[in-house]
Amino acid sequence: MNYFDTDLTTLHDKLVNKELTAEQLTRETLAKIKADNEAINAYITIDEEGALKAAKAIDEKGIDADNLWAGIPVAVKDNIVTKGLRTTAASKMLENFNPIYDATVIEKLRANDVIVIGKTNLDEFAMGGSTENSYFKTTHNPWNVNKVPGGSSGGSAATVSAGGVLAALGTDTGGSIRQPASFTGVVGVKPTYGRVSRWGIIAFGSSLDQVGPFTRSVKDNAALLNLIAGHDEHDMTSSDKAVPDFTAGLDGSVKGMRVALPKEYLGEGVDENVKKAVLDAANTFKELGATVDEVSLPHSKYGIAAYYIISSSEASSNLQRFDGIRYGFRAQDVKNLEDVYVRSRSEGFGDEVKRRIMLGTYSLSAGYYDAYFRKAAEVRTLMINDFKKVFEDHDFIIGPTAPTPAFGIGEESSDPKKMYMNDVLTVPVNMAGLPGMSLPAGFSNGLPVGLQIIAKPFDEQTLYKAGYAFEQATDFHKQTPEIGGDK
Amino acid sequence: MNFQTTIGLEVHVELKTNSKIFSPSPVEFGDEPNANTNVIDWGYPGVLPTTNKGVVESGIKAALALHAEIEKHNHFDRKNYFYPDNPKAYQITQADKPIAHDGWIEIEVDGKKKKIGIAEMHIEEDAGKNTHNPNGYSFVDLNRQGTPLIEIVSKPDIASPDEAYAYLEALRQRIQFTGVSDVKMEEGSMRVDVNISIRPYGSDKYGTKTELKNLNSFNYVRKGLAYEEKRQQQVLLSGGTIQQETRRFDETTGQTILMRVKEGSDDYRYFPEPDLPALSISDDWIQDIQESMPEMPGKRRERYVSELGLKDYDAMVLTQTKEMSDFFDATVKNGADAKMAANYLMGDVNAYLNDQQVDLQDTQLTPEHLAAMIKMISDGTISTKIAKKVFKAITKGEEPVAWVKSKGLVQLSDPAQLQPIIKKIVDDNQQSVDDFKNGKDRAVGYLVGQVMKQTRGQANPKVVNELLMKELNNR
Repeated sequence: MNYFDTDLTTLHDKLVNKELTAEQLTRETLAKIKADNEAINAYITIDEEGALKAAKAIDEKGIDADNLWAGIPVAVKDNIVTKGLRTTAASKMLENFNPIYDATVIEKLRANDVIVIGKTNLDEFAMGGSTENSYFKTTHNPWNVNKVPGGSSGGSAATVSAGGVLAALGTDTGGSIRQPASFTGVVGVKPTYGRVSRWGIIAFGSSLDQVGPFTRSVKDNAALLNLIAGHDEHDMTSSDKAVPDFTAGLDGSVKGMRVALPKEYLGEGVDENVKKAVLDAANTFKELGATVDEVSLPHSKYGIAAYYIISSSEASSNLQRFDGIRYGFRAQDVKNLEDVYVRSRSEGFGDEVKRRIMLGTYSLSAGYYDAYFRKAAEVRTLMINDFKKVFEDHDFIIGPTAPTPAFGIGEESSDPKKMYMNDVLTVPVNMAGLPGMSLPAGFSNGLPVGLQIIAKPFDEQTLYKAGYAFEQATDFHKQTPEIGGDK
Repeated sequence: MNFQTTIGLEVHVELKTNSKIFSPSPVEFGDEPNANTNVIDWGYPGVLPTTNKGVVESGIKAALALHAEIEKHNHFDRKNYFYPDNPKAYQITQADKPIAHDGWIEIEVDGKKKKIGIAEMHIEEDAGKNTHNPNGYSFVDLNRQGTPLIEIVSKPDIASPDEAYAYLEALRQRIQFTGVSDVKMEEGSMRVDVNISIRPYGSDKYGTKTELKNLNSFNYVRKGLAYEEKRQQQVLLSGGTIQQETRRFDETTGQTILMRVKEGSDDYRYFPEPDLPALSISDDWIQDIQESMPEMPGKRRERYVSELGLKDYDAMVLTQTKEMSDFFDATVKNGADAKMAANYLMGDVNAYLNDQQVDLQDTQLTPEHLAAMIKMISDGTISTKIAKKVFKAITKGEEPVAWVKSKGLVQLSDPAQLQPIIKKIVDDNQQSVDDFKNGKDRAVGYLVGQVMKQTRGQANPKVVNELLMKELNNR
């Protein structure tokens, strides 16, 4: 089986009507993801035992007819802590780390009878855009196994794309949900900063990190955000704003809505086929009765530099706790305390992580702080103001998610600067704390191309409304990769 | 050459809260290592801090007691450094925008009053504790990790070791009165970092500072500074230069010993704590706290002198701690004569506390009982002599009025009861009557003693004296 020809409501009805049990669904899901894992390597850990145990318990209890998600298996990025289930952040540092608590999003999944099927691969500590920086394995793009699935949530994107699960959770610090969604042809949403609790997310860039859903459809995506959103007393940066029903108002209409297309988003370095997909999308919105204006986000060109300074600075501090003292990897045959620190961290972290720790440490150092960290924070404010201005007279922004379709495995991994430029269109959204979506909008040489939609803070409703209208008007989302098996 | 001295004090005060500053773990000492910790205190992957509002409130209280300006929009920063007792490898503190700044407290040295400025006061978390055993193992106890602290940094106004001592006394006293901390150096709830420099009189450039460590009492602070002041003078007078260094105070020799020379400054890579929103403190909140603040020691001291007629010295002694001062106020409120209450507290009560090595609040003494005892003295129900016994009883929690009754210790003041006793004693002691008639006053004392003996000390000495004189004069 696969999840191509179904959706949440269909599965839910089958479960309620007992055409299917949670255990059957879980067994079939496990069989599918295990079979695919050889080709695409989406999972670091598949929790067969835990998933089946949970499924049986849910069957025994009975499927709650009012809970769409009851009995549905979901995959979770391996930087989200799961009680008793190994959580590695794709790092040697946490190779054998078994958390003693659940992240808030996991608690919410479990409380809603969602089955956590396994932990998906990522770039180590979510640092990267290709999932090649994992200590354990490289994940392959289901559309072409020689291509990367994007990153850092590459495992979650790939397993949804291959029809292995209906939905998966990822995290997005600078594009880590949207870019892999674009590369693998699925729907990925980074909610507004503060919409979803970060409690239990192994921190990378604390002022940027958000958890969000991957799905094959806009509606299912909204339904999963419904489940995980909301204020959490464990996370003071989570918002106490009311959480609306994100699946409400999906009527296929964008009539009278004002769409902004930033000229900077179609500039140098953006692939011609990607440009075409975005311009086609603009026409689709026009045909649906919206207006599309060209606008400017003048400071977005500083986004990459500012983002890498802020995220790396925060990361350099966040990752200091991995010191070999209390948990995780500790180097052997050490001479003294300094040796414990230096060798545990030198041996436990991969190259990209070390690169960012060095970059961040440098940016925060006395004498450099003003020129780097402070300047980046100022740029961030300017970027926020850019968006504010556009949103004064627009409902949402469209643009490409990534400048190119998926690139080849090994193609960019030796050139970090080139790799960082992939994030040029996604980082501004994190810097401004806005909600952003990537959804299928075309193909380039057989590889999916994603359209990015950006909305005002806490206006995910508009994101889903626009995304749903686009999805209903097009059929890109109906295409499936061969690896997913026969339709 | 004459020198002037500049002393800087950084005082850490542990706030008395139920739970830690950023986690719900209890603040309790003396438990099993790591008993009072959770995933937040361990710096576990994925955890986030949550600010304890009570800590902010205590911080505001302390700041108000130091006449400091509250920074209405302040935030936390991360101070980054590796050490096993620092599980996140950063301390959450306030560097850029502390909660309060520009305060002052008044000190008094040799009868002269002086204001000492406070540069800033910030809130931060304490670290855990490392211990090492002789087998080469080290242990980390995180019970203390996350205990809320305030750090109070003085302006360079302190000009002598005596002023430093007076500043610490005044600071301790004021913080103690707010009730936010026990401020006990011996228990570690108050810790002092000290630096000192000297410069030629009139020079506008400060000299090089040295830091002193291991100052475990106010007295050692004064002694260490005095030693260091002299040492620096000698170095400069002999043509030497002062190095920026850290020195340890040796309690046995009273000297300071070089620990390490400072080369450059540590780089803690401070930056705003992204896991916590900025703290916004409203005027209303400050107002509420201001209104709930207890009367500060200076005000109380004035009141005791002007309204209750105490001597200034007595007023000062009674306002040393809030417990003593509150106890005194409550005793007076319960109807005791203020001067008698003051004398009992400074005399018998203090002696009792010293003898038992306990704090007032840990005894069974209550203002109600002390007041009741004093009232019985005032109205002649008991003598001051009997009061000694009553005092012992109230230290054991006895209600004095009932206790005096049950022990039959009520003073005999009724002349109708005393007269026959006195008459009989005078009758039985003709020799004393003769002595009295011959002008030997000693005889009166003897006869009074006999009466007291006969009444087992319960006779009212004043009444006995009057009746006895009358009786003798009638003979």
